[in-house]
Amino acid sequence: MKCGLCEKNAVFGNPAYCKEHFCGYIEKKVLGTIEKYNLIEKGQKVAVAASGGKDSLSVLYILNKYGYGVTALAIDEGISGYRDRTLATLKKICGAHKIKLRIVSFKGKFSKSLDEILFTNRERPCTVCGVFRRYLLNLHARDYDVLATGHNMDDEAQVTLMNLIKNNLSAMQRMGPSAGVVSSEKFTRRVKPLYFCTEKEIMTYAFINKLTADFNECPNVSRAFRLRVRDMLNEIEQEVPGAKKNLIEWSLKSKTGMKTGEEGLRECRACGELSSADVCMACRYMEKISV
Amino acid sequence: MDVFIDKDNREMKIEFTGDVKGLLEKLKINPETVIVVRDDELLTDDVVLKNNDKIKVLSVISGG
Repeated sequence: MKCGLCEKNAVFGNPAYCKEHFCGYIEKKVLGTIEKYNLIEKGQKVAVAASGGKDSLSVLYILNKYGYGVTALAIDEGISGYRDRTLATLKKICGAHKIKLRIVSFKGKFSKSLDEILFTNRERPCTVCGVFRRYLLNLHARDYDVLATGHNMDDEAQVTLMNLIKNNLSAMQRMGPSAGVVSSEKFTRRVKPLYFCTEKEIMTYAFINKLTADFNECPNVSRAFRLRVRDMLNEIEQEVPGAKKNLIEWSLKSKTGMKTGEEGLRECRACGELSSADVCMACRYMEKISV
Repeated sequence: MDVFIDKDNREMKIEFTGDVKGLLEKLKINPETVIVVRDDELLTDDVVLKNNDKIKVLSVISGG
């Protein structure tokens, strides 16, 4: 297959582009999303929630390439054999492209790594990890104007379908290229520059630009329902090309201005961070697992 | 043909002639979930493979 725009061999099938035209296509799409949804203004301080995976590395790389002032903000949960490897990739890429890197750890804040927490407690790994990760991201993103994440079209289509299945309309209101609490100084706005890029497109882009590491899956991963939705969507996409894009476009249209679930947010009695209850989830977990 | 599937960290030798699309069908892998590489070059579904090719099938799915 030849590139649709030149005589070179295509590296991607739909749309058919060679390396150079494919990279241009992705970068144009990402910059177009930033502009259309007013995600980031030039001159703003941008933190990128960086795991060392292809998605966050691609966000970092593109924003840095086009002159946005980015810092990679990484959370080291302390998952041996996994996070140490992804952080090594992140350090290498940040070093090569002169991108600032800030790493904060569970151990530093909560005095225990995730491995240590799970060794002595029977908590569900992804739940406790998610609560503490969000807590640390909120805390440290406050030094920046915007927090960019690597969420891609596949992620968003999966969450849309899960919200539908669970009839969770208020969660739907919080979705979109710019998301999260917007009315508090304690919360830095989240933006998703890869919102309209599929996972396959990002992997292709990351491969071309040498932003990939060896395949490395978190040993604690246990998102059974999410994985089923993901596999189902990939099968549907084969039969109905464009299904994922249709889903996220539908989710954007379904933002009706109804309540988002943020109305009851207040400051946690224990730590002062934003919470939907008197005491936030992170403080409740800290108490429960004696960190 | 030597095929490496990174998701399973599995290397295998198979007899195959045909295109990338056919190879993925034979391996029962959804093309939406992988990119296929030969000699560090990305291959589209229509590229015809030779039986002595060394192919890498790389998962596009994030690691959690």
